[in-house]
Amino acid sequence: MLYVAQFINALQLGSIYALIALGYSMVYGIIKLLNFAHGDVIMVGGYVAIFALAAGFHPVVAVILVILGCTALAIIMEKLAYTPLRTAPRISVLITAIGISLLLQNLAQLFFGARPQPIHIPFPTGSISIGAVSIAYPMIITIGVAVLSMVALNYIVQGTKLGKAMRAVSEDTQAAQLMGINVNSIITFTFAVGAALAGIGAILFFVRFPVVTPTVGAMLGLKAFIAAVLGGIGSIPGAMLGGFAIGFLEVIVNAVGLSRWTDGAVFLVLIIILLVRPAGLVGKPMIEKV
Amino acid sequence: MKKRSIIALVLALMMCVALVAACGETPPAGPTGPTDPTAGGTTNGTDASGEEVTEVHIGLLGPWTGGAAYFGVSVRNGALLYIENFNAQGGLQIRVTDRDEEGDSARAVTMYHDLVDAGVTAIIGSVTSGPTMAVVPEAFADGMPMISGTATHAGVTVNQDTGEVFTNMFRSCFIDPFQGVKMAEFAHEILSARTAAVLYAHDIDYSIGLMQAFVDRAAEIGLEVIHIETFADEAPDFTAQLTNIAAANPDVVFIPVYNRHTALIGPQSAAAGVTATMLGADGWAGTLDAIADPSTVEGAFYLTGFTYESEEQHIIDFIERFEAQYGIMPNMFAAQAYDAAAILIRAIEGAIAAGLTPGTDEFKQATIANMAATDIEGVTGRITFDRYNNPQKTAFILQIIDGEARFWGTF
Repeated sequence: MLYVAQFINALQLGSIYALIALGYSMVYGIIKLLNFAHGDVIMVGGYVAIFALAAGFHPVVAVILVILGCTALAIIMEKLAYTPLRTAPRISVLITAIGISLLLQNLAQLFFGARPQPIHIPFPTGSISIGAVSIAYPMIITIGVAVLSMVALNYIVQGTKLGKAMRAVSEDTQAAQLMGINVNSIITFTFAVGAALAGIGAILFFVRFPVVTPTVGAMLGLKAFIAAVLGGIGSIPGAMLGGFAIGFLEVIVNAVGLSRWTDGAVFLVLIIILLVRPAGLVGKPMIEKV
Repeated sequence: MKKRSIIALVLALMMCVALVAACGETPPAGPTGPTDPTAGGTTNGTDASGEEVTEVHIGLLGPWTGGAAYFGVSVRNGALLYIENFNAQGGLQIRVTDRDEEGDSARAVTMYHDLVDAGVTAIIGSVTSGPTMAVVPEAFADGMPMISGTATHAGVTVNQDTGEVFTNMFRSCFIDPFQGVKMAEFAHEILSARTAAVLYAHDIDYSIGLMQAFVDRAAEIGLEVIHIETFADEAPDFTAQLTNIAAANPDVVFIPVYNRHTALIGPQSAAAGVTATMLGADGWAGTLDAIADPSTVEGAFYLTGFTYESEEQHIIDFIERFEAQYGIMPNMFAAQAYDAAAILIRAIEGAIAAGLTPGTDEFKQATIANMAATDIEGVTGRITFDRYNNPQKTAFILQIIDGEARFWGTF
């Protein structure tokens, strides 16, 4: 029974990581940028939720506002910071991403203060019992929403014209441009989709961890990044797999009483994967043509 | 509370003590001579020859400025309120000389000697553990009665190297592990719990100390601790640990952490299906401000050193008088200092009743002996002392009901 309960725990945590890892992976896949500000988008989503709920919006409206807010933030970020650097060396863009991450954290601290703020997203409470195992509704909803989002993403990427364009840009930007694809708007669209997933992830995250601080996105983003690398950065199924793997790893380490090693275990996995299989679990090793 | 900084302070002060001891040994503490004449000279009230003692001179030591000033000023307000009220009754008058040690251990030692030179018979102070521990060995050598309202470190009353008790030093506050003992007894006696689980932070000294004390006391009284889980201070995810606790299904779960943790533990324990009664310590104060959904900690009990919610008349009186005097509500530190002053002055009255002259060694010894035998109903609970001069107090228990921390009673 305990194992089933812990399994559900891991599944819930894993689906949150997976949703966030998708944003990392998609952006990397298309412009080879590690968007380190991605975790902070979730933090902003948390503050949007607090204000939307405090302003008296219906919870469903608040959720939509969070997703829209995250998406808008990502588009602004992309237009202001990354578009001007499209032809710059990748290291410059990477450093810019770190800069934006710090900027967002410090702006949040300036405007909202460093004090942790409670956030209460009205979610159905209670639980259903299957045999001797009781599963709380938020867990089921989290897992369900995450799976639905991933199915929807898969459809967008594989089944629509936009998705086809995204894959084309990811494969060869210049060739895609020659074929008449507007590369800039496809990149912006990719950022927007990644951020919308992060917005959904933010809601699910703050249901489970109902406290917002200006730095809440830092560790979360880092772990999602590791999940993306573990799965194979740039690969959408890889990000999902990596997210669930990290979720299971954390819950197992905590459950066997080694909680002081939780973060250590996650980073150890990063080191091992980089040493043993740098392309990730499902990534194809890239052959550099000279 | 802030253990890391306290430890840093302790280390720093150890260096300072070593320095001060090394350089300071020769001039002041040659023989124990200085104490007698100066003290005898300044406490000019009376002789022991039948005349009535009208005045006793005591010292008040603490950080009125500097980083610990918040605590220092609270303590001074609390102690002076008691003394002014006492003096207003007429009869014996308590004269107070106060010295600012600025939160600095070396300065605290200097200020202590300054007070000795001024001829005080006893001292209330100091406030934080570091400076207090710098002063205590000197005061112990001088046989100076001392009481602190707020210094929580175990080393304040017991020499940590030799295990020797500083018999002259008392305090009116809880030491940290005492809270763990209290909650184990509360679970066993009041809640009739048979089994308990513990969830604590493995990288916070406060949390470790309380956990250990709870587990040790539980073993003594027959409360079975069936499960212990830990987490790291900065980690937000306790779900796996709480799921294990839910599976172990204890009667109570002791969670000796700060409110930044309880804000996360409450909702997650509800989701994990923990049904055990939650128990906490003074770190739980402020939980209801930090938590998003108070219903997730409904029914939890936690302990505090002082509460506004008490219905006992002498506590209500104290709060009213304090507010009238200073325009603010008393905090826990002020209340504990008020009790420290009460304990000391009661002991001094006893020494006077025995016909001794303030300032003499006999008077100080009698004051110390009277303090050790203390049994008073203070504003922070009923206080007696154990053989380490740490208070055996009744604690105030609060319970969270309908999203409010309600006063459950004293224990």
